[in-house]
Amino acid sequence: MNQNILEFEKPIAELEDKLRELRASSQGQSLDFESEIRKLDGKLREKTVEIFQNLSAWQIAQLARHPLRPYTLDYIGHICEEFHELAGDRAFADDAAIVGGLGRIDGKGVVIIGHQKGRDTRQKIRRNFGMPRPEGYRKALRLMHMAERFRLPVLTLIDTPGAYPGVGAEERGQSEAIARNLLEMSKLRVPVVCTVIGEGGSGGALAIGVGDRVNMLQFSTYSVITPEGCASILWRSAERARDAAEAMGLTAARLIEHGLIDRIIPEPLGGAHRDPKTTAENLKALVLGQIAELEKLDTDVLLTQRYEKLRGMGQYQAA
Amino acid sequence: MARSSSHSGTRKLETDHDLHPPISDADPMSWLSKLMPKRIRTQGGDKRKVPEGLWGKCEGCGAVLYQPELEANQQVCPKCSFHMPILARERLKQFLDEGTGTEIGAELAPADALKFKDSKKYKDRLVAAQKQTGESDALVALHGRLKGMPIAACAFEFSFMAGSMGSVVGERFTLAAEHALAHGMPLVCFSASGGARMQEGLFSLMQMAKTSAALARLREAGLPFISVMTHPTTGGVSASLAMLGDINVGEPQALIGFAGPRVIEQTVRETLPEGFQRSEFLVEHGAVDLIVDRRQMRDKLADLIAILMRRPRAAAG
Repeated sequence: MNQNILEFEKPIAELEDKLRELRASSQGQSLDFESEIRKLDGKLREKTVEIFQNLSAWQIAQLARHPLRPYTLDYIGHICEEFHELAGDRAFADDAAIVGGLGRIDGKGVVIIGHQKGRDTRQKIRRNFGMPRPEGYRKALRLMHMAERFRLPVLTLIDTPGAYPGVGAEERGQSEAIARNLLEMSKLRVPVVCTVIGEGGSGGALAIGVGDRVNMLQFSTYSVITPEGCASILWRSAERARDAAEAMGLTAARLIEHGLIDRIIPEPLGGAHRDPKTTAENLKALVLGQIAELEKLDTDVLLTQRYEKLRGMGQYQAA
Repeated sequence: MARSSSHSGTRKLETDHDLHPPISDADPMSWLSKLMPKRIRTQGGDKRKVPEGLWGKCEGCGAVLYQPELEANQQVCPKCSFHMPILARERLKQFLDEGTGTEIGAELAPADALKFKDSKKYKDRLVAAQKQTGESDALVALHGRLKGMPIAACAFEFSFMAGSMGSVVGERFTLAAEHALAHGMPLVCFSASGGARMQEGLFSLMQMAKTSAALARLREAGLPFISVMTHPTTGGVSASLAMLGDINVGEPQALIGFAGPRVIEQTVRETLPEGFQRSEFLVEHGAVDLIVDRRQMRDKLADLIAILMRRPRAAAG
């Protein structure tokens, strides 16, 4: 079985296989397969639309961590004409679960920071499955402060199951590293635009997620805990992750209703992994616009607006 | 699942983080009833008059203790100095000058924005927690005086859904920080929390950002924030406001960390070192400035704050 195809994607994959076969067998043949191909292509499109119109929160959670989903460096490759990765927290180590550096998007200089997952087993281990250790967050903060000194906007791409729960991470102050980023990002004197591209897992995501604009790709998720984690606590079984995903309201559509995010970036039919280039173009267009808008603001206004935005987060009754 | 308290004097970990695979800033409360010493549940009610309630057992050394004596000792065992849980309101009462303390954000009450339901409805869990604790949510915020100095002080009520931080907790903390800012006074927070409150979804995660942003303003105004971490302080609370003190204080042997030991054990598949994630461990690794015995808390914090606020030292007591 192909590990890269989700259960609900199977009908799509089957049609794609058929189409591929048909195209292959039409090669060099005098027979005209054109109408057959067109018919199948239409059917594929129809099926994909049908499936993607009715995705459950759990299915979206699976798409957000799809093995073929584009990662931070994939997007950087598409949106930047230049990117220079910069390493290390200047104190302990370089954490490959977070990448960052200087880049140019349409000629515009930016600091880009994002979680990075690995594609194959070796890379997955090297990237620690996108779970940063404190030095990753400290590297991110170092680069953000550099952006501030050189008046460059900060662009962050969020894609992590969460911060790494390990012995060394605790010893080196995982909590402090996250907390400090939250505090510092709230007062960074340059525009900060954050986009969830895959999994927005908890504090480990938020630690590079405090900004003037927070966007989500259409099939990304953002939550206080993984569905599995929530299920194992509240339902006492990780098997109930499906229920937890529904209950937590972790999809972009639910979160924008509550005013918790600013914009949803549409993904091409079938999800970002079916067309990373178009997804990247959508991302680029939105964030460039947002940066331009934010750069018009006086720094004090920018910071006041950011504080007010954070200040307004929460729902409670006031008697 | 949560174990009952150990008798060795070292605490076993009882946060949610033990229960689930990687990563969460959230917490459970199904295990809460096991966590809660029975004493707390009987305190303050009519049951106080029941003679059996007059005696309790130290969770550290197992000594049988006379309840009024334990209360006078701020729930610290007079025999072995083990720090047992103390109610938020009681803590603040002991900490502030007698007769001072005006509540901040008392009018706020939790809402169920997501209409969250697991095995129980969030609404029902809230009602049960409110009934059990007499609090409307898991943070009590006051402004009052500490040895004559104006101060804002808050404390997490751990017995309210494991002290988890939802919108009301975040808002009260932020209001306390803003009160301190507006009146030029320091802020103290006693944390005891499993982390963010899952039932409020991303709203609760955002409280981490909100409270941290409020602390950034306090910091820029040159007003001290003293964070006292008590047992246990984990998840989203530890990864936001609790670690952001100008001075970070730990209570003896308090469990403080991002993830809980059991999650870490499952992740790394090795036994954790002795004393891992205790206050003493955090001092050794540079995350906590000092450990203060609860009985000296008032004096010690007053001394520290007076220096930071450039005020003369106040007399002990």
